[in-house]
Amino acid sequence: MNAIPAVLDPAYDVARVRAEFPILQQTINGRPLVYLDSAASSQRPRAVLRAVEHYETHLHANVHRGVHTLSQWATDAYERARETVRRFINAASTREIIFVRGTTEAINLVTNSWGRGNLGPGDEVLITYLEHHANIVPWQMVCAATGAQLRAAPLTASGEVDLDAFRKLLSPRTRMVAIAHISNALGTVLPVREIVRLAHAQGVPVLVDGAQAIPHAEVDVRALDCDFYAFSGHKVYGPTGIGVLYGRESLLEAMPPWQGGGEMILSVSIESSTYNELPAKFEAGTPNISGAVGLGAALEFVEHLGRPAIAAHEHGLLSLASAGLAALPGVRLVGTAPGKAAVVSFTMDGIHPHDIGTILDSEGIAIRTGHHCAMPVMEYFGLPATARASFGCYSNAQDVERLVQGVRNVREMFG
Amino acid sequence: MDLKELYRDVILDHNRSPRNFGRLDPADATAVGRNPLCGDKLDVTLRMDGDRLADLRFEGQGCAISVASASLMSEAVKGRRREEIEQLYQQVHALMTGHPGSSDLGKLAALGGVAEFPARVKCASLCWHTLNAALSDTRAPVSTE
Repeated sequence: MNAIPAVLDPAYDVARVRAEFPILQQTINGRPLVYLDSAASSQRPRAVLRAVEHYETHLHANVHRGVHTLSQWATDAYERARETVRRFINAASTREIIFVRGTTEAINLVTNSWGRGNLGPGDEVLITYLEHHANIVPWQMVCAATGAQLRAAPLTASGEVDLDAFRKLLSPRTRMVAIAHISNALGTVLPVREIVRLAHAQGVPVLVDGAQAIPHAEVDVRALDCDFYAFSGHKVYGPTGIGVLYGRESLLEAMPPWQGGGEMILSVSIESSTYNELPAKFEAGTPNISGAVGLGAALEFVEHLGRPAIAAHEHGLLSLASAGLAALPGVRLVGTAPGKAAVVSFTMDGIHPHDIGTILDSEGIAIRTGHHCAMPVMEYFGLPATARASFGCYSNAQDVERLVQGVRNVREMFG
Repeated sequence: MDLKELYRDVILDHNRSPRNFGRLDPADATAVGRNPLCGDKLDVTLRMDGDRLADLRFEGQGCAISVASASLMSEAVKGRRREEIEQLYQQVHALMTGHPGSSDLGKLAALGGVAEFPARVKCASLCWHTLNAALSDTRAPVSTE
């Protein structure tokens, strides 16, 4: 047994956690898989696989429709998942939990429903330079449709939001602030409570893109006091194609439906319809029921491990990886904000990230290379791309060792 | 998958010291190629002599495969006629997608390793698409001379 590096808590039994993830047991290109791309998509534990299989095997029918037993079971499973989500993010009510396909759809719901009703010429939406494209493009689209303007707060050299600049950009014209909780490209944790306080002082609501935060940080929407919070299931060990929009009930109540169809109505005549109550008003059509069930199981899995324990473990790995990579000649870390989340973005002198990715892959090491769907932040740092290693609850010290050795091998190959 | 097949010595050498790197000024045509997923960007400038590609330069940033491919291409196409360049591209593309023909491609044969790495074919092809765009750009003015 290898000695556990001092930065890792020996009480966190990562071997047992890993054993819950069948996909990690395989070899890739002849070597045991080192999966360091959890920020793009995490893997699924047996608990999630089993919950989805159990649902599909025993419980499935359409929800909220039938009088028959299976329909009731399916509805119960779906609504139980909603209650798990509510508890996980400490929302006041399940009426505030809308199931969607993912973070992207959650933000598009807000830009289409809230945005089209509340934005007009002369209004502004304020984002930051480190946003993922999912929190840029939908706002650009609604701004183009309504005549509003999109503004972005600049960053500091370490990759933090420049709060002084943010304060200045927050103007009487600002109608919405939309920010990431954690940057996917840099790992920076944004001061959400502070930003919410500033925005609310001017009566401006705040949407938080929580895609990266949900697996790493305690997310308490009432403590954050944010108005919308969006996240995806597949980043937090759940299935793809399921995600959540949390919305403050008073805001959701005032918003029109985004998509029309079954489920979101109370009554329909050819002339008009009466819309359903929350949250059904925003869930037109048959939802991703098994996805919701899988997401519920994933959140319970995370609760069982304990978010502080996972975060502490990941931070240990992050400091190991940062120290190991920074010690290599010609390696530059991008994004060095204090307290950042478990993402290490880096470049190598004279070697393109794409080549780093291919060479590491040949050793069974999966990392992300490219602009990470955050082109403005890359541009901001004058980089066309970076290599990014990101950690999850199952990552271990061997993963970091293999990464650092792999990067050494890249240098050797390119001379 | 054999990394040495992809990163052959010729590739590493052309990545380290790309041939025909820079820009021609004045040039008969310019084209910009982008591979937004990788952040690659490539500028090709060229001069024509009738139907013949008299000279070309490229510059930009990209991975070793994209830089080496552009460098190898620049050596291979200089002095050739449009039609020959088009044929050469067809042969190189076939090679990179795992369908090598019988013709001798010279140093361009070093790109054969790309076939095993489908994700990298677009890196190696970017320069050819960009050259093609620049050549199309010259067609009208060249034909009027």
